[in-house]
Amino acid sequence: MNAPSLLALAKAQAGRDLRLVWRRRGDALQPLMFALMVVALFPLALGAEPGKLAKIAPGVLWVAVLLSGLLTLDNLFRSDLEDGSLEQLLLSRAPLAWLIAVRVGVHWTVTSLPLLVATPLLAELLALPHDLLGPLLASLALGTPLLSLIGAVVAALTVGIRRSGMLLAVLALPLYVPVLVFGAGAVAAASQGLPWLGAIYLLGAGLALALVLAPLAAATALRIALT
Amino acid sequence: MNRLILWFNKTGSPPNFDRFAARWTPWAFAVAFATMAIGVYGALYSVPADYQQGESFRILYIHVPAAWMSLFVFVVMAIQSVIALVWRIKICELLAMACAPVGAAFTLITLLTGSIWGKPTWGTWWTWDPRLTSELVLLFLYVGVMGLYAAIEDRRAAARAAAFLALVGVVNVPIVHFAVNWWNTLHQGSTIRLLGPSKMDASMMWPLLFTVIASKAWFIGSLLQRARAMNLEQESAKDWAREAAGEDA
Repeated sequence: MNAPSLLALAKAQAGRDLRLVWRRRGDALQPLMFALMVVALFPLALGAEPGKLAKIAPGVLWVAVLLSGLLTLDNLFRSDLEDGSLEQLLLSRAPLAWLIAVRVGVHWTVTSLPLLVATPLLAELLALPHDLLGPLLASLALGTPLLSLIGAVVAALTVGIRRSGMLLAVLALPLYVPVLVFGAGAVAAASQGLPWLGAIYLLGAGLALALVLAPLAAATALRIALT
Repeated sequence: MNRLILWFNKTGSPPNFDRFAARWTPWAFAVAFATMAIGVYGALYSVPADYQQGESFRILYIHVPAAWMSLFVFVVMAIQSVIALVWRIKICELLAMACAPVGAAFTLITLLTGSIWGKPTWGTWWTWDPRLTSELVLLFLYVGVMGLYAAIEDRRAAARAAAFLALVGVVNVPIVHFAVNWWNTLHQGSTIRLLGPSKMDASMMWPLLFTVIASKAWFIGSLLQRARAMNLEQESAKDWAREAAGEDA
């Protein structure tokens, strides 16, 4: 039997994952709704002064995106574990890291990309100055895949645990700190007229590193969690 | 076989480790108590008060060793984790997991003494100084390792998963430190800085040496004691373990 090429594997895996999402397309909107609600809480709690909102907007948007990503992490491997297809992935002759990379890619496309598209709207709700939208989108575009990749490692480690929601957050958040610092920091720097591309470059470097290492780490973590 | 490797392999077996830990734990604690007593006496009575900070600086003799240990224990935990994951040595899994609560305690002591010290000298309990922030994240990482270890039923699987997390964490610590440094220089807020080990007088130095040795010895004793208890618990079905635990077989 010939082993299928990596590209064919990726196609099959991505097709299956996308079809599963499409069958339950209502769920796919939930991260977006969650981020919208978090954003809506801040003017309600702090008062609706545009000046004050504009000052906190970059941080609030970053935290909202980060938290909504955190809540979707548990789904990354959970349903596959329950119907047994995760074991099949482990047993297959295809490199596990590659399959996980494809899985994370699909997950990011379904959960984070809609958020990215909706960011201008959310930014408008918080009266973010328009010239900051560029830095914000750039930092989110590089930061959210990084969050997904780091999160995949933690999700793989906790996949065997029944009620892992809170634990997953406790494990993932310390690892998210640097991404948040550079992501929100880039926008904060831009708002003060300081050079902000440095932080973006660092995020890009982190993403390049995580693209290579995180799938391997997640594959190891899955093997540890399921043996 | 090389004598060192032979010793290593022998001590790695659960009954031998139990004997080894039982023999050395009291010594480690004895050294810790003795050096701690001398160090604390020196810190509280014999060392002169600081010309700038007065008496409040004396907390340094607890704060600084605890801060060093909080990082040192994490590195020890990571090294044990590598050994546990690569060579699957049972004792190393236990030692790595026994490190986490001790390290978390040192981190907590660092944060608490730091804020007690911060109140009279900086006028605030807490400031988002890079060092304080990375120490806080370090505490979260310890808590994560302990939480993951507690959450998984199977003890060996739990130890391996938590050991892997410790490895991810040890990569994360320098990145966090770099990130929060960058972040604070960006804001240029307070110019408050930690005192730093700069130009400490020799007459003030010697109790620090004693408390540093005490914290190391305390760590060794505590680590061995914890690992021994975990070891006995896991081997509790075996005869030697019942005997060692003083239970009638």
